[in-house]
Amino acid sequence: MTETNPTAWPAESTYALRVNGTEHQVPDSWVGESLLHVLRERLGLYGSKNACEQGECGSCTVLVDGRPVCACLELAAGCIDADVRTVECVAAGELLHDVQAALLAEGGVQCGFCTPGFVVAISELLDRSPDPGPLEVREALSGNLCRCTGYSRIFEAVTSVVEVRRGRP
Amino acid sequence: MAVRDRARGGLGTEAARPDGIPKVRGDFAFSSDLHVDGMLWGRTLRSPHPHARIRTLDVTPALAIAGVSAVITADDVPGELHYGLISADQPVFARDVVRFVGEPIAAVAADHPETARRALEAIIVEYDVLTPLVDAEAAAGWEPIHPDGNVIRSVVIRRGDAAATGDVIVEGTYEIGMQDQAFLGPESGLAIPAEDGSIDLHVATQWTHSDRDQVAACLAMPTDMIRLHLAGVGGAFGAREDVSMQVHASLLAKVARRPVKMSYLRDESFVGHVHRHPARFWMRHHADRDGTLRRVEVRTTFDGGAYASSSMAVIGNAARFSVGPYRVESVDIEATAVRTNNPPCGAMRGFGSVQVCFAHESQMDLLAAELGMDPVELRLHNALRTGDRLPTGQVLRGAAPVAECIRAAMAHPMPDASPDEVLARPGGAGRTSTATEIRRGTGLAVGIKNLMYSEGENDTASATVRLAGGVATVKSAAAEVGQGFVTIAQQIVREVLGVEEVVFHSASTAEVASAGSTSASRQTWMSGGAVAQASRLVAAAICQAVALREGLTPEEVSLDGTTVVTPTARIPLADAVPDQPIEIATTFHHAPTEPLDEDGQGDADVSFAFAAHRAVVDVDPDLGLVRVVQITTGQDVGRVLHPTQLLGQVEGGTVQGMGLAVMEEIVVQDGFVKNPSFTDYLLPTTLDAPEILATFIEEPEPDAPFGAKGVGEPPIISSGPAVVAAIRDATGAPLRRMPVRPADVALG
Amino acid sequence: MTVLLPDSLDRALAHLAAEPGAHVLAGGTDFMVEVNYGHRRPETVLSLRRLDDLRMWHVEASHVVLGACVTYAQLLDPALADLMPGLAQAARTVGSPQIRSTGTIGGNLSTASPAGDMLPVLAALDAEVVLASSTGVRTLALSEFVTGPKRTARRADELLIAVRVPVANGPQEYLKVGVRNAMVIAVASVAVVVDHDGRTVRAALGSCGPVPVRCHDAESWVAPLVDWDARRIDDPRTHEAFGVRCAEAARPIDDHRSTAAYRSHACRVLARRALARCL
Repeated sequence: MTETNPTAWPAESTYALRVNGTEHQVPDSWVGESLLHVLRERLGLYGSKNACEQGECGSCTVLVDGRPVCACLELAAGCIDADVRTVECVAAGELLHDVQAALLAEGGVQCGFCTPGFVVAISELLDRSPDPGPLEVREALSGNLCRCTGYSRIFEAVTSVVEVRRGRP
Repeated sequence: MAVRDRARGGLGTEAARPDGIPKVRGDFAFSSDLHVDGMLWGRTLRSPHPHARIRTLDVTPALAIAGVSAVITADDVPGELHYGLISADQPVFARDVVRFVGEPIAAVAADHPETARRALEAIIVEYDVLTPLVDAEAAAGWEPIHPDGNVIRSVVIRRGDAAATGDVIVEGTYEIGMQDQAFLGPESGLAIPAEDGSIDLHVATQWTHSDRDQVAACLAMPTDMIRLHLAGVGGAFGAREDVSMQVHASLLAKVARRPVKMSYLRDESFVGHVHRHPARFWMRHHADRDGTLRRVEVRTTFDGGAYASSSMAVIGNAARFSVGPYRVESVDIEATAVRTNNPPCGAMRGFGSVQVCFAHESQMDLLAAELGMDPVELRLHNALRTGDRLPTGQVLRGAAPVAECIRAAMAHPMPDASPDEVLARPGGAGRTSTATEIRRGTGLAVGIKNLMYSEGENDTASATVRLAGGVATVKSAAAEVGQGFVTIAQQIVREVLGVEEVVFHSASTAEVASAGSTSASRQTWMSGGAVAQASRLVAAAICQAVALREGLTPEEVSLDGTTVVTPTARIPLADAVPDQPIEIATTFHHAPTEPLDEDGQGDADVSFAFAAHRAVVDVDPDLGLVRVVQITTGQDVGRVLHPTQLLGQVEGGTVQGMGLAVMEEIVVQDGFVKNPSFTDYLLPTTLDAPEILATFIEEPEPDAPFGAKGVGEPPIISSGPAVVAAIRDATGAPLRRMPVRPADVALG
Repeated sequence: MTVLLPDSLDRALAHLAAEPGAHVLAGGTDFMVEVNYGHRRPETVLSLRRLDDLRMWHVEASHVVLGACVTYAQLLDPALADLMPGLAQAARTVGSPQIRSTGTIGGNLSTASPAGDMLPVLAALDAEVVLASSTGVRTLALSEFVTGPKRTARRADELLIAVRVPVANGPQEYLKVGVRNAMVIAVASVAVVVDHDGRTVRAALGSCGPVPVRCHDAESWVAPLVDWDARRIDDPRTHEAFGVRCAEAARPIDDHRSTAAYRSHACRVLARRALARCL
């Protein structure tokens, strides 16, 4: 039986979440908390951002069982069986992922608030579709808002990753 | 690349952003990412009415809730009861009257955001609802809704022959909706009380020292007892010039004696910061047959909402630039910002120039049509040049490559024909149109923006440069909001001192003097100027030290670029550094300006920047749906300091301007914001963003450090008007209002 | 707040029987917004996450049976899109890729927003909704299920488990007006379904009334004007008149997204264009 225990506010509940391959106990939680809130405020993983908390900006994009979703729209307590991957696991230690490096090199980062969501969304796109056409890129990223760049530098970053991966730098 | 006599990463290079790696890793600490053990969560109770008298306010039920540590109201404010960017007219908490929907009434601090939410629900407030003043044009004749009156500022500019007229007269009325800055990082921060009663406030802001002064005044504390630290800023665009949660969080922390974190949700953010003023215009242009402008008349009202914020400066800009970047000897301009019970409006990128640009550019197109003249030629014919006089009588002394901007925007290749892919057509994924239902249009618009503060403001920026062990450190309170000043500052130090390793230390108010605000396209000039000045003083100190060390007179030691020259040797500056660190703090001033006189005359501005935009749109006229295909621009930048960062400012600002043209509007009805969410306040997505091609006109500005003009604002000024002009071109619809709504095109 | 994560339909229905007030959580893309913003605080949340069967679909005789937790992304699978192109077109317009990989058809129906993109298509497809409780199963026509804006005929002890969609042999179109090229709520939308075998044209409007609006008058008017052997309508005036008749069925309102006048106008244009693409 893996149901979470009935709890009434302000009583507390503890459950486990598998995030970036590690099992985390989520103590003292109110079960109405979103996955975004739990990642940030309970587990200290602040990389997923809280711009809208209504699934309209993509800055909290994470992978749940491999699918890109808005962490703000996932009930954390409902994710106890799931494999959650956040921006914090994209780089290999000190070494930046090629998507991260390209966003920097092409000028795709200004204030940076949307950046983690774009890093996750672009990585997922290029894993699934290694050579996407321009409209496919735009549609795949249409759930990630950026207010600073106007997107051109971000598109350039995607293009450069595709070209480098194809061996055509 | 040729070896040059300077360190790598100097001016003009693609230097790396110092904050880039943490930002792509998700490690960069934005103001909403802060955490300390034992912190409380603060939340704000806000008015549900646009105008009401508070009859009862009882917070005791909230205090009784377990987990609630503090509840504060106006009665708990120990110092100044009001704050404000220019004039302190906004209550920290409303005491007797609320003047807009969302006005703060109380704040709570509790152990969990959910406890705080429940505490807000428990607070009892009873209101006597009053009739709201929601029509800006009725404000002047309405009973004052604030002790300071309903007219915030009225600016008159009169110049030249009032009887002047031309062969052709065109007249029009125009309207601009309320735009939101819509930064992504919510208003947020963490206030930490110290043992001695002082407070460290970590917050996302555009101007730490101004926040500090306002917090200290409201808390009745000396300014050195409030230490403002810049936390990571998730975009600003003007919306962080005014205080939002700063005073509330600090006061909660003081009362609760515990750290307090506040972070607005998006619906609160929409009422928690000021917006771009909605505005109405009447304009009349008189011109000769050859297109020469003879006289321009302007009447405009800007709705400032409930509190002044920066309305008095915005309306000054609107008045001074209402003619646009054109030469005209006779003007009659009246611009008024008024107070209403609508949401407060203030700074947003473009600051008054955006609204006027839509009106003056619409007029120029109308005039061109009336004259049967090419709109590009009409603009070139009247374009301002160095030496011309502005409506204020001020003579343009600096670079004014207006015609060059227009020609550059027009010189870019036109885009390909409408693509045969539904996602790239108006309506996008909605599949509303086929290629045969689409019409293409092209429009041009040109804008002018002042750089830095105006009208006699004594504006300064301070910075410190320290050189020790081969590493230079810049200490500055200049707010990095994404624009990349941190990179520019490092480039400047490298350029002047020839030191490669430069650290940018974002300094608290306790460490350095004010850098001024990250606004008005001023930081590269002002804080960049301060960093350059400090660096040069460090270089001079090194020369002095060399002279002392070598037993030479000061005159025998000189600088050649980044090389110290003595009668016997040439030593790179970095190698000539003495053992003791050198640290120099300095304050930079721009050339003084004057207030306007009663006729609106005076040398009110430091400098100006110009840009032109050409927009190409595809329109589905039956449905009124628009896809902006391409925007090209020529921008007057003085000098390119960082090519990619500059392009980022231009592309981002252009898309914000495009958003205002076709989708972005805060819908206010009877004082209520109807769309306070990203579901209904629409920002351009990746499928809306056009191709952008930019040309930078490099004509060095004589007074600017390194000849570089501010670049952040010009991109947003004329991009929107160019898009609207293009929609007119495609459809023939008159379109006197921006943003253009589908019904404006489809139903006329 | 309690979260229940049953691992079988029977257990889920037993929970609902015991606690009929429980909020049923499918994808969560509507519900979590209300939770995050403090607008909703149910005592109990019944999550369907572990009910794998509800994420499946199959073809049963002349019907496609979609489990309630089939996501918008699944509807874009070519196998499903070939069977119900109009539903796939509608699914592609819902929110963002993130939303489409999370949100479900059952959730869209249960939220029953007048702007729900699945609703007009399912209405035009004559879809049925399957509701289960611990005491049995019942099937309702879509028009019986959606009773008002954000109101449905689902009893508190019932779970929407499936949607049954008759397969129509013929072209389908879903056209949607929003003021942005992606991630936008419908200002007005039109679904047109042509059934060559039954020789019917069916149309429904979204965001133009409290519930999805079927355009029965327009449908019955246009059917005899179709050249069913050639599968086309020769006279473009028929398309135009069809649009006018569909728009007459609309019951739109003014709100912050648009005006009633524009919505009616858009219905006319969209219905005309949708029919012209089909026939």
